[in-house]
Amino acid sequence: MSLHPDLTRLIFGRLTWHEFLPEPIVVGTFIVVALGGLVLMGVITYYKLWGYLWHEWFTSIDHKKIGIMYIILGLVMLLRGFADAVMMRAQQAIAFGHTQGYLPPDHYDQIFTAHGVIMIFFVAMPLVTGMMNFVMPLQIGARDVAFPFLNNFSFWMTVSGAVLVMMSLFIGEFARTGWLAYPPLSGIAASPDAGVDYYIWALQIAGVGTLLSGVNLLTTIIKMRAPGMTLMRMPVFTWTALCTNVLIVAAFPVLTAALAMLALDRYAGTNFFTTVLGGNMMMYVNLIWIWGHPEVYILILPAFGIFSEVTATFSRKRLFGYASMVYATVVITVLSYLVWLHHFFTMGSGASVNSFFGITTMIISIPTGAKIFNWLFTMYRGSITFEVPMLWTVGFIVTFAIGGMTGVLLAVPPADFSLHNSLFLIAHFHNVIIGGVLFGLFAGLNYWFPKAFGFKLDPFWGKCSFWFWLVGFYFAFMPLYALGLMGVTRRLSHFDDPSLQIWFEIAAFGAFLILLGILCMLIQFAVSFIRREQLRDVTGDPWNGRTLEWSTSSPPPKYNFAFTPLVHEGDAWWQMKQHHYQRPLGGFIPIHMPKNTGAGIILGGISTVFGFAMIWYMWPLAIISFVALLATAIGHTFNYHRDYYLSAEEVAKVEASRTELLAHV
Amino acid sequence: MSEHIEAQHGHDEHDEHDGVSQVHATLKGYLRGFMLAAILTIIPFSLVMTGAFAKSGPADALILFLAAIQIVVHMVYFLHMNTKSEGGWNMLALVFTIVLVVITLSGSIWIMFHLNDNMMPAAMQDPRNLP
Repeated sequence: MSLHPDLTRLIFGRLTWHEFLPEPIVVGTFIVVALGGLVLMGVITYYKLWGYLWHEWFTSIDHKKIGIMYIILGLVMLLRGFADAVMMRAQQAIAFGHTQGYLPPDHYDQIFTAHGVIMIFFVAMPLVTGMMNFVMPLQIGARDVAFPFLNNFSFWMTVSGAVLVMMSLFIGEFARTGWLAYPPLSGIAASPDAGVDYYIWALQIAGVGTLLSGVNLLTTIIKMRAPGMTLMRMPVFTWTALCTNVLIVAAFPVLTAALAMLALDRYAGTNFFTTVLGGNMMMYVNLIWIWGHPEVYILILPAFGIFSEVTATFSRKRLFGYASMVYATVVITVLSYLVWLHHFFTMGSGASVNSFFGITTMIISIPTGAKIFNWLFTMYRGSITFEVPMLWTVGFIVTFAIGGMTGVLLAVPPADFSLHNSLFLIAHFHNVIIGGVLFGLFAGLNYWFPKAFGFKLDPFWGKCSFWFWLVGFYFAFMPLYALGLMGVTRRLSHFDDPSLQIWFEIAAFGAFLILLGILCMLIQFAVSFIRREQLRDVTGDPWNGRTLEWSTSSPPPKYNFAFTPLVHEGDAWWQMKQHHYQRPLGGFIPIHMPKNTGAGIILGGISTVFGFAMIWYMWPLAIISFVALLATAIGHTFNYHRDYYLSAEEVAKVEASRTELLAHV
Repeated sequence: MSEHIEAQHGHDEHDEHDGVSQVHATLKGYLRGFMLAAILTIIPFSLVMTGAFAKSGPADALILFLAAIQIVVHMVYFLHMNTKSEGGWNMLALVFTIVLVVITLSGSIWIMFHLNDNMMPAAMQDPRNLP
């Protein structure tokens, strides 16, 4: 280094060569990731796909493509988050007595933090948002979301957050604080390195995306439903999307504020959550759970919506108790704001506070239970076909019922005092998040895949994936219930009592089965792509569906619907089929469409640079990138070439090609 | 064909079907709002400048009360909200927001009061306060 040390410090902040690739395991991972990345880049360059990706995907403001990109992001991050899970299971299965395992505690702490953060913020959230983005506008008969550019921008902000988390693997380190980064551990005194700063900036940047996408989808549902689609005629998935986005808009600002105060404590020396000078770290825990509990319902409500669509479709029946389903969803939405203290019963509130929140927690299980009965009654005397989405649904009903019951158990404050922070809790929330959210998203993935790509997913590998996941889940988490009842606490990297080892070995075997489930899913994608001609569906309605997304072609044209459908009752497409609906073959008119723009990806890229500069204290770069961010955003407002008209002839051409396909069915 | 209506302008033509009408902003409305907002700002400002705020008591409550009115003035005169705007959605959103804010604030105050009482060092040192 020939630069003056002061100048080096000014430009690079606290980033030094020592921060790169600190451990052998990480070096190995880096080599694999780098090689994989190079191969991918090579393939894209060889087939000259960069232009295609840029013009058709990265800059696209089509809600369907953005939805698909969200889901791809979620699946890629699932692999990363699952790799963390496997490492933890392997460590806990061997680290007994004199064996310390292969992960130093310092590294182990980063892994469980990264696992939680990635699985919630960069797997579950993108998958849920992607699903809503793709399906909801089609279900309400809209041509796009209310603010198409904002949608693209939201996606790239989420990617930007994910990129920062991935960077922390190779440059510096990630937080060692657990996924919610409670102070004082996450304060500057206890965690002086860059880990918590990676956490803060990744979540703040991704949070911008989540909040804006919440506003966007909420506006879309309220303002852009097809004529005749009153609220009580909306498909249940759209209802759950509505409630989820209400929750996002109301809850995420609390997370932003809490993290902003934590950042001020770390960067500016304020004392919101310190142990001195009047700070109070219990306030952080209070605030983070005011966001955190609604977040749980943000994830599960869309999954409930997916199960409702799937159950009705594959039972060939109307959904049992549509109105009660809607009311249950709305009641859950409001009640989800009344239970947050159950995450910290043991922090020292008195009996009155604890019993209040214990009772509200038990109450919220009532509408959830009502939903389970609605699905069961929908299946009762239906003509059920066990296609892959239906398998996930049945697996969910059984698994989620168990998870719900252990949840009610934890809601009893005296019981919680002995179960708090134990592996029982870990087993409980994995039981509801895997058995509820993830199973729902996989059901949705298999259900709507033909809509997105025009061919079904291969059912054989889909069933393999389902069974490995289901059985693997029980092997992986039932032992944790037992261990939790024996008093084993979470986040331990080493155990002294050898009698516990067998349970952890069973859990590790379960993780191995889940690994097979994930591999089967990847094989399923590959096999389906290879066999796409056999799996092709030209009707656009492969499952004999009930809602409007099945009335258009698969994949839908850019404009979704040549004419906006007119809705007369719930299950609009089913009703149209009953009345022998005829596709209109002429009389097309030009369609007003939004134009693609690169502003979203550019803003996302600059945000990544800004976040990185803030994390490493590179102040000049931070200022420059922040100014660039504002300038680009303002510059984009002067872009007046945002829309165009798709001519009537072009619409006619697209529709005619579909007519020809349908004639051969 | 009876299943369809003409949809010439894509998404911007949906504006009507919720019974939404355009808001008519008038100069008079803005001026009235501005005057009210100014008055509601000057009173707390003068309270602080004259030193009345330093002696805590009714001045605190008055400032909070004026701030609450200020919020309403902004919503009515600048955001043009009333019970019928945007087909009633604004009102619904406002009610929901108030419910959530009340839950969050009162809940937090209740919880933090308990935690302070039970867990802060001063309370912990007094053996009578130990659980």
